[in-house]
Amino acid sequence: MSKIREAFNGKKVFIPFLTAGDPDIENTCELILEMEKNGAGIIEIGIPFSDPIAEGPVIQSANVRALKKGCTTDKVFEMVEKVREKSSIPLVFLTYLNPVFKYGYDKFLNRCKETGIDGIIIPDLPFEEKHEISDLAKDYDVDIISLIAPTSAERITAIAKEASGYIYLVSSMGVTGMRSSIETDIKSMVEKIREVTDVPVAVGFGINTESQVSEFSKLADGVIVGSAIVKIIGEYGDNAKEPVGEYVRKMSQALL
Amino acid sequence: MSNGRYGSYGGQYVPETLMNEIHKLEEQYEYYKNDKAFNEELSKLLREYAGRPSLLYYAEKMTKDLGGAKIYFKREDLNHTGSHKINNVLGQVLLAKKMGKTRVIAETGAGQHGVATATAAALLGLECEIFMGKEDTIRQALNVYRMELLGARVHPVESGTATLKDAVNECMREWTQRVDDTLYVLGSVMGPHPFPMIVRDFQSVISKEAREQILEAEGKLPDVVMACVGGGSNSMGMFYEFIKDENVRLIGCEAAGKGVDTDKTAATMAVGTLGVFHGMKSYFCQDGYGQIAPVYSISAGLDYPGVGPEHAYLKDTGRAEYVAITDDEAVEAFEYIARTEGIIAAIESSHAVAHLMKIAPKMNKDQIIICCLSGRGDKDVAAIARYRGVNLYE
Repeated sequence: MSKIREAFNGKKVFIPFLTAGDPDIENTCELILEMEKNGAGIIEIGIPFSDPIAEGPVIQSANVRALKKGCTTDKVFEMVEKVREKSSIPLVFLTYLNPVFKYGYDKFLNRCKETGIDGIIIPDLPFEEKHEISDLAKDYDVDIISLIAPTSAERITAIAKEASGYIYLVSSMGVTGMRSSIETDIKSMVEKIREVTDVPVAVGFGINTESQVSEFSKLADGVIVGSAIVKIIGEYGDNAKEPVGEYVRKMSQALL
Repeated sequence: MSNGRYGSYGGQYVPETLMNEIHKLEEQYEYYKNDKAFNEELSKLLREYAGRPSLLYYAEKMTKDLGGAKIYFKREDLNHTGSHKINNVLGQVLLAKKMGKTRVIAETGAGQHGVATATAAALLGLECEIFMGKEDTIRQALNVYRMELLGARVHPVESGTATLKDAVNECMREWTQRVDDTLYVLGSVMGPHPFPMIVRDFQSVISKEAREQILEAEGKLPDVVMACVGGGSNSMGMFYEFIKDENVRLIGCEAAGKGVDTDKTAATMAVGTLGVFHGMKSYFCQDGYGQIAPVYSISAGLDYPGVGPEHAYLKDTGRAEYVAITDDEAVEAFEYIARTEGIIAAIESSHAVAHLMKIAPKMNKDQIIICCLSGRGDKDVAAIARYRGVNLYE
């Protein structure tokens, strides 16, 4: 069983996200360890990109800050190596296709395997184009995490059938960012997914409160929170460890 | 050509949220492009509203002065709203209306595509919102007001470099937020399939007309067909019907900015490398880690870090050649064509004119060049004045 699947084994999983290199790469390493300590089951690490078209303003700003600080794909891999000296928590990259393409699919996946990255989420790589990297990823035991959106409709079945790792269920239309309410019928989407696969489903986009975490953990296997954490990091900078840890603990405890 | 691929270029690299919508768009487009009523309505709009067919003008004075090939200009600058952009937006906004959409969104750099979209939306009764880099809203304040006059709402985009690529990012973000009633009217032969195909088809009216017009005027095909290239819509429109005519040289002129050996350039074909961005696999200006590079050109319309996938394919197959023209060369051409032919051409189009000035003298007098004047240059006058040290503001 893969490390990602083990994380979901018999329990609900809280999945925090942070942008690597914000406020700097050393802090990212510390923050990842702090999040694990406070109940994170899987951690998503954003590799900063100049033009993150699926992100709202909060994560966009984090990308800008990280790139300004000189964060590169190689530095992110080195940071992952440091994390791996102390932790075996499942780690998943979130990045856009171009940084991966430019690095070289083979070289990128090889570095993932070497450093211990378990999966990759690529928001601009839809089902129709995933063959770009998905076959190769299998050779390196890296899961390409599929996304399913509120507009996916009849596409859900095809996507779910070929999903690996976990399914990222996009809760809302639009881009990432905190929302006070989420209208999508998550329950029926999860049911549709369940008809064809037992790959775990994690809900993300817009989630930021304990009650939302509780609500979605009832419907799905995991809950992803990004912008709310990135916002804390943006506010506290070098001193973000404590408030991020506290936030992750609260959210993890809200899982039902 | 299937699945929106031109060789290995193109594709549909967009978030899952948009996939159903772009499939729907493709389906509807495939239906309407063969629909008699749709085509009649579009032809009527192009004829009676945009002013097509545009003239193919024999530039006798330039021909004599340069002393080589016979020079013809395809006068897209004479279209309503002053550029070739209207060809595409009338098609796309009409399509949006047929699809039952009530709102269109669009990116714009200099404002030409934004103004054209706002115009078509006003005419056809759709709500219109334009995304424009904050930098560009300042540089092109007049066009912002123009769009507002036409009833559009203009959103200044402050993210990233606050220019055209960021306006495209923001448009895509907005579209993922609201797809049900909204069509993204993309301005160039770029983005995810089916946009490069749709925009090419709507712009190919340029070469369809030009081919007939030159055969009528000269009884033979031209030796060279040329146009400026940013994303590549006027050039693709100018090239398309000539692609099958193997003896016609196709030349795209991109913006070198301060020079292709500087970092102040937008010459994607010269300095770009293969990448995947804005929904397509193509050439992009980027660094070694795949971060999209800030680009520069005096021409806001060519100030884009990528190029349409079909151009990338035409380059690779050798069917078209691409050259880079500096700011200085473009400004000189801008002044030359004004002085010689009495035409104030867009600074974008002036990039093609600049290359024409280089090649025409080396060609024989019985050879023919058609150069696309993609737009008029009124919008550029103040910027050119400042470039020449005249302290002039609009």
